[in-house]
Amino acid sequence: MNRIVSKRLLANDLCELEFEAPHIARGHKAGQFLVLQADHDWGERIPLTIADANESAGTVTVVFQAVGATTIKLARFNPGDCIPDVLGPLGNPSDVRKFGRVVLCGGGIGVAPIHPIAQAMRAAGNHVTSILAARTKDLVIFENRMRAASDEVIVCTDDGSYGRKGLVTAPLKEMCESATPPDRVIAIGPPVMMKFCAATTKPFGIPTIVSLNTIMIDGTGMCGGCRVMVGGKMKFVCVDGPDFDGHEVDWDNMMKRMRAFRPFEEEARRRVRDHECNIDKAARAIAAAKEDR
Amino acid sequence: MNAQVETLDAAARAELDALGDLGSLAPAVRSKIAQREMPSQDPKTRVSNMDEVALGYTEAMARLEAQRCLQCPTKPCTAGCPVAIDIPRFIKAVACGDDAGAVATIKESSLLPSICGRVCPQERQCMKGCTVGKIARDPAKAVAIGRLERYVADLERERGEESVPAVAPPTGKRVAVVGSGPASLAFAADVRRAGHEVVVFEALHKCGGVLSYGIPEFRLPKAIVEHEVESLRRMGVEIRTDFVVGRSRSLSDLLSEDGFDAAFVGSGAGLPRFAGIPGENLVGVFSANEYLTRSNLMKAYAEGRADTPFYHARRVAVLGGGNVAMDAARTALRLGAEAVHLVYRRTEAEMPARAEEVAHAKEEGVVFRTLSAPTRVVGDENDVVTGLETVRCELGEPDASGRRSPVPVPGSEEVLPVDCVIVAIGNSSNPLVPLTTPEIRTDSKGRIVVDANHETTMRNVFAGGDIVLGAATVILAMGEGRAAARACNARLAGAL
Ligand SMILES: Cc1cc2nc3c(=O)[nH]c(=O)nc-3n(C[C@H](O)[C@H](O)[C@H](O)COP(=O)(O)OP(=O)(O)OC[C@H]3O[C@@H](n4cnc5c(N)ncnc54)[C@H](O)[C@@H]3O)c2cc1C
Ligand code: FES
Repeated sequence: MNRIVSKRLLANDLCELEFEAPHIARGHKAGQFLVLQADHDWGERIPLTIADANESAGTVTVVFQAVGATTIKLARFNPGDCIPDVLGPLGNPSDVRKFGRVVLCGGGIGVAPIHPIAQAMRAAGNHVTSILAARTKDLVIFENRMRAASDEVIVCTDDGSYGRKGLVTAPLKEMCESATPPDRVIAIGPPVMMKFCAATTKPFGIPTIVSLNTIMIDGTGMCGGCRVMVGGKMKFVCVDGPDFDGHEVDWDNMMKRMRAFRPFEEEARRRVRDHECNIDKAARAIAAAKEDR
Repeated sequence: MNAQVETLDAAARAELDALGDLGSLAPAVRSKIAQREMPSQDPKTRVSNMDEVALGYTEAMARLEAQRCLQCPTKPCTAGCPVAIDIPRFIKAVACGDDAGAVATIKESSLLPSICGRVCPQERQCMKGCTVGKIARDPAKAVAIGRLERYVADLERERGEESVPAVAPPTGKRVAVVGSGPASLAFAADVRRAGHEVVVFEALHKCGGVLSYGIPEFRLPKAIVEHEVESLRRMGVEIRTDFVVGRSRSLSDLLSEDGFDAAFVGSGAGLPRFAGIPGENLVGVFSANEYLTRSNLMKAYAEGRADTPFYHARRVAVLGGGNVAMDAARTALRLGAEAVHLVYRRTEAEMPARAEEVAHAKEEGVVFRTLSAPTRVVGDENDVVTGLETVRCELGEPDASGRRSPVPVPGSEEVLPVDCVIVAIGNSSNPLVPLTTPEIRTDSKGRIVVDANHETTMRNVFAGGDIVLGAATVILAMGEGRAAARACNARLAGAL
């Protein structure tokens, strides 16, 4: 179960894993996510959105940045290894219908979960424009796949090393102001990026959906750790979402809640990284010993 | 042996010797024997570890405690037991030294004696009607039925004497079980015994439901829960963790496409309720489910080893007065809190928690603030909790349920300085299965509606436990699982 069939490093610490999960590949819909564990007994449970699924091969793909204890451990797995625990598909599928012109904004690794939505929106007869945003050229991911899934693609980088220089909100604003404004906008990426996409479209009254990736534990509605305020009401991201009306989300509260465990997370990351260094050190020592002989 | 255990054990031996021939004790002598105290870890030591608090009777204590039973022919204890265990018969066996016979008697009615002996609210069930308690005018002084149940069940498990229950020849029928809490464990065992193939689907990565993620190690060691799950496996029950019915696969798919002939929904009451007061989304406010799951299921208490963090807090307020609130408060102490306040709207007499948990919490230093209702969580400019505003209450007229409802006293608000608030005011039914299975009807509280056979409005789908009762108890969940299994077996045999 959950055997990894391929692993790719998309950039520095951006990793793509494709693994066997036939019932998820068969049952999943765009917008749904998984909860994974890199260690059955001591691991944490983290949510990752499904970036791709291949029903005939029975595999699903996730993309993540190796920055936390679990993602660093996941990035160390290799083809043939099995991910200890994978639960899904979770959450409500994205609302995919014919809206007309749909603009998809993906920030950083947020481009990966945008991909199945682009495919589904296109299949539903929409005109799909995708804006892929990243800090710098090396961090632009899924470009070819997004070109194949969209009618039009705009790339922007913060440092101007590739595509347009600037933030995702600049082209988004231009489109809102144009003669053919979007009928629907979907933004997935870091919370600030989603917050500003929603702020950009709000004056134009363009429905803007965001996919929230809060702290989660069970992912089944049991703990309430993922709760956010949307339109003044408490919502559980894992069962009521992950898609919400971006104009209604209390972004500031959500971002503060997502930082609740920051000191601990840094400590855990250090522990996992040190462990890695020690393994490297041991490996180097063994290699050196062999050379000596 | 721990010093307290040694002392209590020596006292019990001496008393047994003094009683002489146990077979011929007069009722007057029996009722004069004092209840055996449960040896426990010292409160000061135990607040800094996760080990079980109650250590269990020794053989001498159990034999002596069992002598206290008067063998009433009317069996008021059995009448108070939700699954009607023949309590006088099992206690008589303990009194005679026939521990195996005692467990066998219990297992005629209950499948999880090690667990129920630890977590049942005995003072409100079997011990409530006990004549010995009536004579003492205090149900807490009744025969310690739960402690005896635990003693014989632990003994059997520790000695490895349990036999795998016999399974009838294969029937070719398949039954799906949703969830792996006590209702599902009991259902799965009884249906498997009838020779049906059984697959248990559990959403989490470990089995046991609340027994695993909610009730802490210091009250119910996880090794015991794992042992019960292992017994099911040995009977040939297939267990699939990481599988949410309704998402991974719908209940209808399981029945119409995956070849299951019947199903049982034991999905529990795992939807945490919040108080609906301002500030509940601040950083440092947790549902008890989240707080306990981090510590129990994810083992966050093992800092440095577990990847899941827990929230370091110095002063904690827990809202509620049930078992969940006691578990959260006592966990907070063990995770290093200096002060833990339990904020409860009514008085101690109305607290739904087990008497033993209330007593243990107090011994450990949890501060009880009764007749006090939360009105607001206060935070700083970073949205981090700094206090809990509460208002004093008075008990008013009894409400429809007969409980006197608390009435806030205007102007009595005060702010308790805390850096963490844990909300433990109850859980509602898990909505996922009904939501994704429109054929299954629920009531206004989201509980699945079943008929006298525990069958839902969807044919061949049975349900039981908290998803039907609302947040209830382990023994009731187990009892419902067994009753539903009887109906399911009858249906599959063409007799219902
Ligand atoms: C902290 C706490 C302390 C308690 N203390 C006591 C006590 O001392 N004594 C006592 O008698 N009772 C106590 N209770 C109550 C008792 O634990 C419950 O009444 C009992 O566990 C209910 O059993 P159940 O089988 O109905 O459901 P649960 O134990 O809730 O199990 C349900 C299981 O189903 C799984 N599930 C849900 N939906 C799905 C799905 N769609 N697909 C797959 N799996 C699913 C859940 O993950 C869970 O594992 C306590 C409860 C809590 C929360
Ligand atoms: S992750 Fe626990 S309720 Fe959403």
